[in-house]
Amino acid sequence: MATPEAPASSPAAEPRHGLRIFLIWLPLAVIADLLIWFAWYPHMPPGRMTSSASHQQFDIAFLAVVAAPVLLFVWTYAAYALLNWRHREGDEEDGPPIHGNAKIQATWIGVTAVIVLGLFVFGTVELIVPAGAGAGEGPAPIWQPSTSNRLQVQVIGQQWAFTYRYPQFGGMETTQLVLPNNATVEFHVTSLDVIHSFWAYRLGVKADANPGVDNIAFTTTKQMGSFTVRCNELCGLWHGAMFNAGLVLSPAAFRAWASALRFKEANNGVLSALPPYATTYDPTVIPQLGAAIVKIDQITGGAGYYYPPQDPVTP
Amino acid sequence: MSLPVRITALLVAFAAVAVGAAFIVVHYILGGPPTISFNASGGVTNVVLQEDAQNDSSTKPDWVSYFVQDPSTKQWVHTTLFSVPAHTTVHMTILGYDGCTPLRNNFWSQVQGTVGGTVGLRIINNKGVSTPYRRVSVINGWAGCTVAHTFAIPSLHLFIPVASPNAIDSANNLCSVSPCTSGPHSVMTFSFRVPNSGVFRWQCFVPCGGGFLDGNGGPMQTIGYMTGNMEARA
Repeated sequence: MATPEAPASSPAAEPRHGLRIFLIWLPLAVIADLLIWFAWYPHMPPGRMTSSASHQQFDIAFLAVVAAPVLLFVWTYAAYALLNWRHREGDEEDGPPIHGNAKIQATWIGVTAVIVLGLFVFGTVELIVPAGAGAGEGPAPIWQPSTSNRLQVQVIGQQWAFTYRYPQFGGMETTQLVLPNNATVEFHVTSLDVIHSFWAYRLGVKADANPGVDNIAFTTTKQMGSFTVRCNELCGLWHGAMFNAGLVLSPAAFRAWASALRFKEANNGVLSALPPYATTYDPTVIPQLGAAIVKIDQITGGAGYYYPPQDPVTP
Repeated sequence: MSLPVRITALLVAFAAVAVGAAFIVVHYILGGPPTISFNASGGVTNVVLQEDAQNDSSTKPDWVSYFVQDPSTKQWVHTTLFSVPAHTTVHMTILGYDGCTPLRNNFWSQVQGTVGGTVGLRIINNKGVSTPYRRVSVINGWAGCTVAHTFAIPSLHLFIPVASPNAIDSANNLCSVSPCTSGPHSVMTFSFRVPNSGVFRWQCFVPCGGGFLDGNGGPMQTIGYMTGNMEARA
């Protein structure tokens, strides 16, 4: 390995590049963070319709505030290097030998360690405090809301529509998700056929709908308004059309809606026609008939079966 | 290889690709089932469908299927695409020739989205005798052999359980040649509003794709059989 020769004469004193870069970077980072926090944060998705949505919005804003100075430092350094240390016409001289810089290395390791470990703690707290952050936690959720006063809503996926059951309202079922404002909601998400995914974007809730699985997610409504529920798992021909609109109403309006729906479904016979509420359903069983029915009355319809024997998959 | 041979080979290869692309466009993109157009009279559009246990195709004759009656010729057309004028009331009649299949979710037993929240129903037996016409809001698909399929336009909140013929009448008597013109069947009539122009997909919610994954393959996922589009013209 060649040893660089000592310069014939002392070089001109180098400007303090580190300080220059820092002084360029600092106001940029401060301005960027202020803009992110005060101008962008209030408009970031998914909004503040629920507690989990608010937490997600806060998480995105906080991460943007952390990331912006890092990004700007890289850009500032790159721009500074391009402008100051670029190859100049006629300059054939080698660069100065560098044998390491303990101060820079220690700073680099220290700052990145603080950022990574800080994000680990932040992410963990933000997962636990909002009781799962609006995601499905499976049938036995570890993190639950502190209140036991929760509205239970069962989300049932089927090719290609979601329906919603309210076990605390006699097990009534509807095609539109309606929730009261300022209420803690306990979603029980399941499917009757293939894997779907219940994604109420503005509610900050997303949970897989698996057949035979009770996937529980929590949130607390904070604002009235409408939202869209979409399926977020490719589930067949009409996956792209598997969406519908939901509403967050005032508690009084919700009670009126629920009472009217329950009354209607009790009177027209739907409530008694529905299977007893359960966290999951076996599509091969019709509870009212008391048996695992695959064929009714020996009459063949299109298939005549619930699941034909040759069906390759039964959940 | 000489230049003329190379040029010829290149042209042949180009022609093969062009023919293949044209085949794909014509056969798969433009070659779908026809769209039957309905016109309104006095703000009402009359649409007639039937659902059968089989169909008249040469490739998938054992798939369950809907048919649409052409309003001008009164001929049954093997399609699930039809268009109606927007901002009208569609008065729909569905003839149900297929036998019963249990609903996966009995919630679909409920009539939803029709004018008045009900459907008119009568059942024709294998001797051509009809039950009295009645209006119902629920056809309980789990109470017995009562529901064959559904007709649903989810974006219009329209969900209709389509009744099946009586179980005893159905035994060995179901129409076996499509489009059906005789045999035990149900007759269902209902009306719904078409609020705006656009394309509204419709489907059956009975898992009637026998032999396919969870009953939802084959005819359930093929336009022209148990799912399709209703286009509302501006």
